[in-house]
Amino acid sequence: MAVFSEIVSHYNHWITIFLMVSGLYIVVARGNMVKKLVGLSLFQTSVYLLYLSPGKILGGTPPILDPNFAVYSNPLPHVLMLTAIVVGVATLALGLALVVRINEEYGTIEEDEIFPVKDDE
Amino acid sequence: MTLEQQLPALQVILPLFGALICALMRRGSLAWGIALGVSFAMPVISGVLLAEVLSNGPISYHLGGWAPPWGIEYRVDTLGAYLLMLISAIGALIMPYARASVAREISADKQAWFYTMYLLCLTGLLGIAITGDAFNIFVFLEVSSLSTYVLIAMGKDRRALLSAYQYLIMGTIGATFYVIGIGLLYSVTGTLNLVDLTARISEIGPSRPVLAALAFLEVGISLKLALFPLHVWLPNAYAYAPSVVTAFLAATATKVAVYLYLRFLFSVFGVSVVFKGLPVPEILLALSIAAMFGASLVAVFQDNIKRMLAYSSVAQIGYITLGIGLANKMGLTGGVVHLINHAMMKGALFMAIGAVVYRVGSARLEDFAGIGRRMPLTMAVFTLGGLSIIGTPGTVGFVSKWYLAVGALDKGWWWLMFLLVASSLVSVVYIGRVVEVIWFRPLLHTGTTVREVPLAMLVPMLLLATATIYFGIDTTLTAGIAGRAVDMLLAGLS
Amino acid sequence: MTQDAAIIAALLIPLAGAVLIVLSHRHPNVRETVTLVTGGALFLTVASLVSDVFAGASPEAGGFVIAPGLEITFRLEPLGMLFALVASGLWLVNSIYSIGYMRGNKEHRQTMFYACFAVAIGATMGVAFSANLVTLFLFYEVLTLSTYPLVTHKATEEAVRGGRIYLMILLGTSMVLLLPAIIWTYVLAGTTTFAAGGILAGKADGILVAILLALFAFGIGKAAIMPFHRWLPAAMVAPTPVSAFLHAVAVVKAGVFSVMKIVIYIFGIDLLATTGQGTWLLYVAAATILIASIVAMTRDNLKARLAYSTVSQLSYVVLGAALANTLGILGGSMHIAMHAVGKITLFFCAGAIYTAAHKTKVSELAGLGRKMPFTFAAFAVGAISIIGLPPMGGTWSKWYLALGAMEADQFILVVVLMISSLLNIAYLLPIPFRAFFVRPGGDDAAGGIAEAPLACLIAIGITATACVLLFFFADALYNLLQLMKLR
Repeated sequence: MAVFSEIVSHYNHWITIFLMVSGLYIVVARGNMVKKLVGLSLFQTSVYLLYLSPGKILGGTPPILDPNFAVYSNPLPHVLMLTAIVVGVATLALGLALVVRINEEYGTIEEDEIFPVKDDE
Repeated sequence: MTLEQQLPALQVILPLFGALICALMRRGSLAWGIALGVSFAMPVISGVLLAEVLSNGPISYHLGGWAPPWGIEYRVDTLGAYLLMLISAIGALIMPYARASVAREISADKQAWFYTMYLLCLTGLLGIAITGDAFNIFVFLEVSSLSTYVLIAMGKDRRALLSAYQYLIMGTIGATFYVIGIGLLYSVTGTLNLVDLTARISEIGPSRPVLAALAFLEVGISLKLALFPLHVWLPNAYAYAPSVVTAFLAATATKVAVYLYLRFLFSVFGVSVVFKGLPVPEILLALSIAAMFGASLVAVFQDNIKRMLAYSSVAQIGYITLGIGLANKMGLTGGVVHLINHAMMKGALFMAIGAVVYRVGSARLEDFAGIGRRMPLTMAVFTLGGLSIIGTPGTVGFVSKWYLAVGALDKGWWWLMFLLVASSLVSVVYIGRVVEVIWFRPLLHTGTTVREVPLAMLVPMLLLATATIYFGIDTTLTAGIAGRAVDMLLAGLS
Repeated sequence: MTQDAAIIAALLIPLAGAVLIVLSHRHPNVRETVTLVTGGALFLTVASLVSDVFAGASPEAGGFVIAPGLEITFRLEPLGMLFALVASGLWLVNSIYSIGYMRGNKEHRQTMFYACFAVAIGATMGVAFSANLVTLFLFYEVLTLSTYPLVTHKATEEAVRGGRIYLMILLGTSMVLLLPAIIWTYVLAGTTTFAAGGILAGKADGILVAILLALFAFGIGKAAIMPFHRWLPAAMVAPTPVSAFLHAVAVVKAGVFSVMKIVIYIFGIDLLATTGQGTWLLYVAAATILIASIVAMTRDNLKARLAYSTVSQLSYVVLGAALANTLGILGGSMHIAMHAVGKITLFFCAGAIYTAAHKTKVSELAGLGRKMPFTFAAFAVGAISIIGLPPMGGTWSKWYLALGAMEADQFILVVVLMISSLLNIAYLLPIPFRAFFVRPGGDDAAGGIAEAPLACLIAIGITATACVLLFFFADALYNLLQLMKLR
C-alpha cells in the first residue's frame, strides 16, 4: 500500500513521462510532417512540466515581499521555461514554414510519398 | 570598465547585433560587408582572450554584474578559448569566400537573410563555447541550431528542405534531451552554473537522478555531434546545403558539440564518475569504431562528393570520440587536437568542392572529370586535404593519428591501433577515387567558364590548405594548447 | 659548406629544382638544363660529405620536434652515405637518359614529369639521411606520393589501373603494417632514433621481436618481399626513365635500405642473431629470390621480366640483413649499389629498344643486335653484373652474401644463391644472345631502326662502364661500409 501511494504521489512525473513518450512516439510513428511537429511540441511540453512541477512547494506562494508570506515556490523554473517555450514556438514556426515550402515543392507532406521520389543526385 | 574586460560579452553581442543590422539590409553585398566586418573582429577578440587565458588562467565574466551562481557567468578557460579561436578563425576565413559563392547559389532577395542567419549561427556557436551556465548553453544551442536549419534550407536543391526538416526534428529532440538532463540536474542540485554544478555533483555522487541526467545529456549532445548511430541527419544536411554553409558547419558545428561533451563528461560530472564507474569508455569505443569503419565504407560508394565528404566527417568524428573514450593523456590530446585539425581539413575540402560547384553547378563525381586541368589550384587544395584525411605524415591528419595510436598503445590495446590505421586505408579508397577522376579522366565540362575561381574564393582555400601542412609540422599552437586543455580536463582522474 | 648545412642543402636543392622546373615550363631547354644542374649540384653536395664520413664523423641536422615522439632529424652514417651517393649519382645519369627518352618519344606533360622526379629524389635523400623512424616514414610516404604521378604519367586506362595497384599496395603496407610497427617501437623503447646496437634490446623479447620484424619487413612494401611485390610489375606501365628510377635508383632501394637500416639500428644484429627471431625472414627472402626468378623466366614482356628480376634481387639485400652477421650486412649493403648500377643499365637498354625499334617483347628482339650493337653490348654487361660473374661489380656482393650465409651455418642459402645465379642466366642471357646471334624473322622492317637517341646512349655508356669499374674499385665501397657501427 505504501508503495502504491509512493508511486501515485509522483503523479506529476508520470504525466511528464506520458507526454514525453507519446510526443516521441508521434514523431517516430507518424509520416505526416505536420503531425510530426505536433508530436515534437508535445515532447517539448513535457519538459516544461518537468521543470515546473518540482518547483512548486506545497503551501508555498509566489515570491511576494510581505511579512505574511514566508515560503516561496521557486520562480526560476518558470523563467527558464518561458525561454524554452519561446524556443519551442520558434522551432514550431520554422518547422511549419519548412512544411509549407516542402508542400510547394513536392505537392505533399506525407513522408512515404516523398521519400520514393528519386531526384537527380 | 575597459574594453578588454568586456571582451567576453562582445564576443557574443557583436555578431548578434550584426545579424540584426543585416536583417534590415536589402542588398546582399551590404549584408556581406557587415558580416565581413563582424567576422574579422571575432578572431581578434578570441585571440586576445586566448592569450589572456594562457598566461593568467581562466577568465570569469559576470553578465549584468550579477555574481554566480545566481547570475549567468561567462567563463573562458583553455579549452573554451581554443574552441573560440577555432570558430572565429573559420568564420573569418569563410567570409571572403562567401561573397561569390552565395551570390551564385542563393537568389538575390534572400542573400541578406542568409548573412543574418549566418551571423546568428556564429553567435550561437561562440556563445556555447563561452558561457558557463548550463541553461544559457541551451539557449545558444537553439540559436545556432535554428539558424542552421534555415541556412541548410536555403540550398538550391529541393531536398535541402527535406534535409533541414529532418535535421530540425532530430536536432530539437537532441536539444530537448539536453534540457531534460539539465532539468534533472537542477532538481537535484539547485544550480545551473557549471562550476557550481561540478562541486555539488561531487558531493552527491552518482545517484540515480544524476546518472539519468548523464544519460540524457550524453544522448542529446551525441545527436548534435553526429556520433554513430545518431548521425543520420548529417549526410543529407551537408550534401544539399549551400557550399558555404557546408564548409562552415563541417568545420564548426560538430566541434562545438564535442566541446560540450568534454565539458560535461570531464568537468561537470567528473572523470571518476563517468569513466571509472560506468561503461562509458566501452560504449564510446564501440560506437567510435563503428563510425570509423561504417561511415568510411559508405563513403566509398557515394557518387555525390559532398555526401562522400559528409560520411567522411562522421568517420573523423569517430576518431575524436575514440580519443575521448581512451581518456588518457595522449589519446585525449589526439581527440582534442583533431577538433582543430579536422576543421582545417574539412573546411578546405568543402571550400574546394564549393569552388567547383561555383563553376560547374554540380557536386557529382562524374561532373568532376578532368577538372584538375582547368582548376589546378582548387584541385591541389582538394588533394592536400585528401592527403590529410588519409593521414600522410607531414599533414595535420597524421598528427592526430599519431596521438590516438600512441594513446591506444599506452593502454595496451594494440588491436585498436590496427583498427585505427585500417580505417585510414579505407579513406585512401574514397579519396583516391576522386583524385583519379579529377586528374586522369578526360574533361567533361569544357565550357570557357570552367576555370579557376576568383581570388576571393581561392585565397581562403589556399590558406587553409597551407595550414594543414604547416600545423602538421609545427604543432605548438594546436597540439600544445590541446595538451594544456587536456591536462586540465584529466585533473580529476586519479 | 659545413656538414649539417650540406645535409639540409641535399634536401633543398631538389625542391628548389622542382620549383624552377615548373617555372621554366614554357622553355623546354631551360627546363632540361635546370634538371641537369640540379642533379649535378645534388651529387656534388652529397659527394662533399663522403670525406667526413670516411673520417668517422656522423654529421647531424634538423632536430625539429612536431610532437612527443615525432621528430624530424637527419644524421649521416655510412650506409645512408652509400645510398645517397648511389641515388644522386644515378639520378644525374637518369636525367640525361630521360631527356633523350622523353624527347625521342615526344611524351606529353614533361614539366610535371621532371618536377615530380626532382621531388622524388629529394624524398630519397630524406630517407637516406633520416636519423629516426619517423623521419624515415615521412620521406618514405612522400616518395610514394611523388612517384604516383610518374607511374600514371601516360594517363591511359592501363596506367591508371597500374597506379591504383601501386598506391594501394605501397600505402596499404606502410599504413597498416609499417606505421603500427613504428608506433609500437616508440612505445616500447621510448624513442625511434637509430642507434648502434639497436634500441629494442631488453625492451622486446621472444615472439614480439618476430612480430615486429614481420610488421617492418612486410610494412616496407618498397622492398617487394613476397607477397607484397605486385606493385612492381604493375608499375611497368610507366615510361622507362620512371622504371629505371623505381627499379634502380630510388624507390626499391629506399625499401631495402630501410629494411637494412632497421635491422641494424633498431633491432641490432646481436638481438636478432642471439634470439634467432629473424630466421623466418631468411626463408621468406630465399623464397622470394627463387619464385621471382622463375616467374621472370615466363615473362615475354621485357620490362616485366626485368621487374621480376628486381623483386628477386631485392631479396638478396633482405637476405643479407636477415643473416644478421657482419658479412651478410656488408654483402647486402654492397648489393644496393651493385644491383642499382646493373639494373639501371638493363632498363636503359629496354627503353632504348622501345624508343628506337618500338619493340617490347623478348621474342621480338631477334637480330636487333646488328642494328643496335652498343645497346645490346651494354645489356650484356649489365646482365653479367646481375648474374654475379666477374669482371662485373655484382660478383662482390654475391660473394660476401655467400660468405655471410656460410658463417651463419645456412648452407642451404648458399645453394639458393647459386640456383638463383643459374636462373638469372636463364632469363637474362638469352636476350643479348638472340639479339646478336639469331637471324631476324622476315616481317621485320629492314631499315629504319638505328641506335637510340644520343642522350640515352651516353647514359647507357656511363652505367655500363660503372658496372665494370665497380668490380675493380669495390674496395672503396667495402671501406665505406666497414665504418658502420654494428654494435
